[in-house]
Amino acid sequence: MEITIGHYLALAAILFTIGVFGIFANRKNIIILLMCVELMLLAVNINLVAFSSFLGDLVGQVFAMFILTVAAAEAAVGLAILVVFFRNRGDIAVDGANMMKG
Amino acid sequence: MTVETLLADLSLMTPELVLAIGALVLLLVGVYWRSEHGGSRIVMRLSMLLLVGAAGAAIYLAQGPGGDTFNGAFTVDAFGLYAKTAIFLAAAVALLLAFKYLETEKLAKFEYPVLVALAALGMAIMVSADDLITLYLGLELQSLSLYILAAFNRDSLRASEAGLKYFVLGALSSGLLLYGSSLVYGFSGTTEFAGIAIAASEEGTNVGLLFGLVFVVSGLAFKISAAPFHMWTPDVYEGAPTPVAAFFATAPKLAARALLARVLTEPFGAMVDQWQQVIILLAILSMAVGSFGALIQTNIKRLMGYSSIGNVGYALVGLSAGTAIGVWSVLLYFTLYIIGVAGAFAVILSMRKAEGMVERIDDLAGLSKTRPTLAWAMTALMFSIGGMPFLVGFFGKFFVFYAAVEAGLVWLVIIAVLFSSVSIAYYLRVVKVIWFDEPTGEFLPAPAGVAFVSRAAGLATVLLLPIMIGLISLVVNAGGGIGG
Repeated sequence: MEITIGHYLALAAILFTIGVFGIFANRKNIIILLMCVELMLLAVNINLVAFSSFLGDLVGQVFAMFILTVAAAEAAVGLAILVVFFRNRGDIAVDGANMMKG
Repeated sequence: MTVETLLADLSLMTPELVLAIGALVLLLVGVYWRSEHGGSRIVMRLSMLLLVGAAGAAIYLAQGPGGDTFNGAFTVDAFGLYAKTAIFLAAAVALLLAFKYLETEKLAKFEYPVLVALAALGMAIMVSADDLITLYLGLELQSLSLYILAAFNRDSLRASEAGLKYFVLGALSSGLLLYGSSLVYGFSGTTEFAGIAIAASEEGTNVGLLFGLVFVVSGLAFKISAAPFHMWTPDVYEGAPTPVAAFFATAPKLAARALLARVLTEPFGAMVDQWQQVIILLAILSMAVGSFGALIQTNIKRLMGYSSIGNVGYALVGLSAGTAIGVWSVLLYFTLYIIGVAGAFAVILSMRKAEGMVERIDDLAGLSKTRPTLAWAMTALMFSIGGMPFLVGFFGKFFVFYAAVEAGLVWLVIIAVLFSSVSIAYYLRVVKVIWFDEPTGEFLPAPAGVAFVSRAAGLATVLLLPIMIGLISLVVNAGGGIGG
């Protein structure tokens, strides 16, 4: 069987959906939220590289490189905020982030 | 690319370059400055100067022809320059509001003004983006700075919770935006707005492009806190330090709205029939959530959060017209809204009693007896944000609704007016507490900067009326460049 652009898009769509679903379904651990965010961004990268190869246009790969860089910065900021939250609360349960409601 | 073209490109980016280099220099100043307060005071003052300087550079550039730079990745036009000027000035005002607050709350660190400057830089890149990559990079520079600012009070559980919620939902929205961008790139073959516009104007519906458009719009809807993507707004407004909330409510809102207007009218201008339905849905939901959610609030910062959701809804009504009037009416709306919100937050920052900051609406009780000028200012500001005739906020709402009526969306305007009258109820509640309730205690004198902003914004709601025509011609000129 030949692997076409459709297969890559389907793979990216599945990974992206898992990522989004993980953010909403996960009730236990905030680190898993960060992993879900990474999963979404990597799904986007698969999309971009597949399109880039399909179109014979390099811009998609350049875009993917930028996303990788920004994702690293985003993870750094996210983990820093997570550490601050942990120091104040003593745990990192998602259900714990419930001081403000309404 | 020769040296001449590079210099020409760079000269069009003067405001951004001033901010980028200035922010890096300020980081060094903050580290090496030795004085009683560390580097925080000097960096704070220099950052305000830097932002005003960048606004000056943007005004200067607006006299010239503008143009595309860096192979069409970055565009300099009247629309972007107007938005940039407003963003830089709003950021400078936000720093002015933060100055004394940070010192009394023991948060005075020199990173604060640098982060605000970097966020403003990200917003400036956003509103000038002419390519999906530029759009993403500008948006992320802004967002990453704002995540840190939201959690700036490291020792407060509420602030870190606000930062965490903002980060997770912001990252989710970036993911949606990127997924949309990748689809748009794949189905149009380019990331440049001009190229996407050509692909979008072809005959027949391009389903892939449409999918990408919907994802991009949902990602941006998160950033402007339009319902149903608004969940983070009230929590972040309540949890983050008050000057940070004041900053969130002003410059980033304008920047994200300007970006949304550009994305919808430039690359996707030909698909107006498709995105109009999405924008109308977002507008109605935002107005409903903003109006009814605010009614039950007791915390004034939370109230402002819901109020901003509602106001984004009214602005979306104007944008849903998909016309040039829609674009400039939104610019006008947000300019006037920023003035009102900056003033309202200055009043909230004045709410300090002997035991510390208070933020319940009931704490404003009897303000008319204890602090009459502040009471007048807050009354004018609440009425202006609510769109009461004849304060300046009314004209913002008027032209937004006018744009929608022109486009034949009369039913939408009727719904918007109904929600608007509901929203008047909670603005009136604040006014009632100020004028008719018995005082429960007196506020300490506000710092000079905060007192100045609250009074100046309160006066502006009336004093801007005579020069309304001038302001309108300014935004018409700025918004005329883009939009159908």
